[in-house]
Amino acid sequence: MFSLFFIFNKNLTILISVIITKKKGFISFLLGALIGAVNGLLGAGGGMLTVPILKKMGMPQKAAHKNAVAVILPITAISATLYLFSGRVRLLDAVPFIPLGLVGAALGTFIIKKISPTLLKKIFALFMIWAGVRAFL
Amino acid sequence: MWILSSIAGFFSGLIGSMGLGGGAVLLIYLTVFQHTPQFKAQGINLIFFVPIAVLAVIIYSFKKEIKWKTVLPIVAGGVLGSFGGLYLSKLIGEEWVSKIFAVLLIVLGLREFFTKSPLKKSEKGGIVKKE
Repeated sequence: MFSLFFIFNKNLTILISVIITKKKGFISFLLGALIGAVNGLLGAGGGMLTVPILKKMGMPQKAAHKNAVAVILPITAISATLYLFSGRVRLLDAVPFIPLGLVGAALGTFIIKKISPTLLKKIFALFMIWAGVRAFL
Repeated sequence: MWILSSIAGFFSGLIGSMGLGGGAVLLIYLTVFQHTPQFKAQGINLIFFVPIAVLAVIIYSFKKEIKWKTVLPIVAGGVLGSFGGLYLSKLIGEEWVSKIFAVLLIVLGLREFFTKSPLKKSEKGGIVKKE
């Protein structure tokens, strides 16, 4: 988190000038606002929205997936803080999921090279449809 | 029950670190299986994802795979948007937010399932536009 903040600070002035002076930077900014709003509203889904946006900007599939995590991390950190402050959740509620989640994350960064994203997407898509139907009923 | 929670955490971290929507895994587990209230589940999911993403981003940036120039303008907008999202969720209310989430899952699931393989020439060519 600290290193991220350092990077952020160092580039803050460049960042602002990019947003103001370049059309592409401004569009990125607006799309980012959309991602943040969805993520804050639903508590998820920002990443899924980011991947196609990054691809439209010219990133290859796997790079888009990796960079989407970087996009969504600070946005999620802000949203999580807002949720904590508005009393919707306590920090302890999330703790049981984190240890094995980290193991999964480490494994994920490793197998992303080896796995077919298409297959993974198909499996996950079926899971989403099924869960969506269950959640709606 | 903690075994199930750990398994949900594991898959959520696995899928989340690959940017494939790990958030949905944990949210689905919490709302559909544990009957956690929607907003609480969303909060858990948000907090959960922070350490997961930190780990993934550290690993990716060590391999110099993160294009900060592309990422940061989006992040700047996203930070502002987060406040808007929280405000919207208060406006819409918990029950409707969970319905929206359910519909979104179905729509995105169908879209993901039926879109053709995205792994075409772009993967090998590696055409990443530079700012």
